[in-house]
This record gives sequence, C-alpha cells and structure tokens, in this order.
Amino acid sequence: MAKVLVVTSGKGGVGKTTSTAALGAALAQSGQNVVVVDFDVGLRNLDLVMGAERRVVFDLVNVIQGDAKLSQALIRDKRVETLSILPASQTRDKDALTAEGVAAVMEELREKFDWVICDSPAGIERGAQLAMYHADVAVVVTNPEVSSVRDSDRIIGMLDSTTEKAKKGEKIDKHLILTRYDPARAARGEMLRTEDVLEILSIPLLGIVPESEEVLRASNVGAPVTISNPQSAPARAYFDAARRLQGEKLDVSVPTEKKGLFDWLFKRSVA
Amino acid sequence: MSFLANLFAKRNSAPVARDRLQILLAHERSAGEGHSDLLAKLHQEILEVIARHVAVDQDKVQVKLDRGSGCSLLEIDVEVPQLGSAKSRDADKRDA
Repeated sequence: MAKVLVVTSGKGGVGKTTSTAALGAALAQSGQNVVVVDFDVGLRNLDLVMGAERRVVFDLVNVIQGDAKLSQALIRDKRVETLSILPASQTRDKDALTAEGVAAVMEELREKFDWVICDSPAGIERGAQLAMYHADVAVVVTNPEVSSVRDSDRIIGMLDSTTEKAKKGEKIDKHLILTRYDPARAARGEMLRTEDVLEILSIPLLGIVPESEEVLRASNVGAPVTISNPQSAPARAYFDAARRLQGEKLDVSVPTEKKGLFDWLFKRSVA
Repeated sequence: MSFLANLFAKRNSAPVARDRLQILLAHERSAGEGHSDLLAKLHQEILEVIARHVAVDQDKVQVKLDRGSGCSLLEIDVEVPQLGSAKSRDADKRDA
C-alpha cells in the first residue's frame, strides 16, 4: 500500500527540499520504490537539488493539463534506480494546479510507487494546501528558532484540519525533523533544545539533522546528502529517519561527524 | 562577578525563546476556536459605545495589547474633543 508523505514547514528556507531529497533517496536506497514530487510551482528547486535540472522535459502542470503522460514527466534518478522525480513547472500561474488534477496524479502515483513524497512550497496558501491534502504522513521540518517553530505550529493545525484525512475524521501521522541543530549551542542555552521544541509542538521526533557543511556541499553537486556523502552526520540522520518511517523503533540521537572512524562507518553503511 | 553574570544571562537566550513561544502559541491555538477576535470585538464595541456619545477621530485612538500567559491587557486610549475647552483624555482599560 503506497504512502503519500508531505514534507512541509510553513516557513521557507528551513530545509524542506533538502529533506525531501534526502528522505526520498534514503528510502529508495533501502529498496523502496520512491517518487519525489515538487509542488513549488513557479519556484521549482527539487530538480536542481536532485541534480536532474537538465533532464526536465515535462512537469506536474503538463501532466495535470493533459499535455504529457505521467510516465513522460517522471525522471528516473541515475544513481538510485528506484528513485524518480516529478518536477514542478516554472510557470507563474499558480492556479495551474487544480484540486481534481492533483488528485488524479496522486492516484496514479500511488499505483506506481511505495512512497510518494511531496515537497511543499513555503507558506500556507493553495500550493501548500494542495501538497498536504492527500498525505497519509506529514514530516514537519523545523529549525530550533522561534519563527520556524511558530510557523510549524500553524502548519500542524492545518494538517489536522484541512487535509483529506482530517476531513474524513481520520488522524494524519505527523513527525518532526529538526534541522540545522547545534547540540553545543543548545547545551550552552543559546539555542532551543530538542526537548523545548518537542514540548511546544508535541509531535513525535523523526530525526535531528545537525548543522553541517555537507548539506550545502550536497546541493552544490546536485545530490541528496544520503548519496553525496552517506557517512556524513546529516546523511545518517536521514537514513535513520527513513528507517523510522518504515516502522523501525530507533532511539533518536544527534549524529556527529566521526573523523578517523571512516572505515568503521563505511562498513556500517554498506552492511 | 556581574560581568560573569551578564555573560551567563546573555548566553541563556533559549529559555526566553521557549517561554515566548509557549505564550504566543497558547494564544494562537485558542484563536482557532472562536476566541480569535474576542479582543478585536471588545475593541470595536467599546469604541461604538463611545462613538454614540462623542465624535471619535479614528486617528486619535490608540490601542495597546499585552498578551500574557495568565491574562491579557487591552488598553484603548481615546482622545475626546471637549466642549470648547482644551482637549481632555478618556482612558478605558479592560481586562480580557
């Protein structure tokens, strides 16, 4: 049974696209059939972060408007064969996404894949609402920073009220990914601690992604961080998050860069 | 010692962030359940009552709101033009 997952946050720039790419790739690397869908019409970037920007021919809007078949718009990742991307269009017309059109595409994607991961645009408007509407599972990406936490709270409220599941009276599964976390600053009282954010938002923790230069490096080269450097701390955070999404019970910790232990880590990640 | 205390106080901004968020979100969450415009409604109705008796210049109405964890203070400051004499002020404070 396919699962539709939305990666959302309200606030921009907290790591939705990075997390979509990394979680999608991590799930695909574990053998799941995954498609990542960019809902940010007009400001598409998932293709760029995934390194597929030069292979985009058709996009989500083309499929919805009937100009292209879904199979023509899907781009197969060259590194992980069970990973595909459905890009957003660069058209400025946000109304190009219709509720019925999105519903039809999601239905078709559910048949083809194990995981349909929707990268939501920032904000709480139509695009964000359409991205979350069909979701079974939501991953809320939050920075340990007041404006991000506030916006996440707002988005959690929307997930509980405006999604298809909520309207049917069902509960949508919500998880938190805390990104750009700096354990040393949190310990010194300079940054909201994980416990603070969890207490305020009261949704379960899927992972803590430490602030890391690897994240920028990954987007520079157009690869999800779980592919560009699988041993890095952020990659390990996303691998663990992907395993939790598949139902494994793992304690959440903040992964750290373990220099000098590369051999051990390499063996571990291959196994 | 006070230098050290200052340094320490400066460092510990995270608890301040947590407390501010908790108060703010408590208000924003209850906003979804119909209380949303209680303060806005109070503001509007109080002004309507005053306007029944005196001409109220909207530019001369100051509204201040301080949302706390236990109670909020809505302060409406209306400048009422007086009968010929110098302007006097009429302050109206309400707890909500």
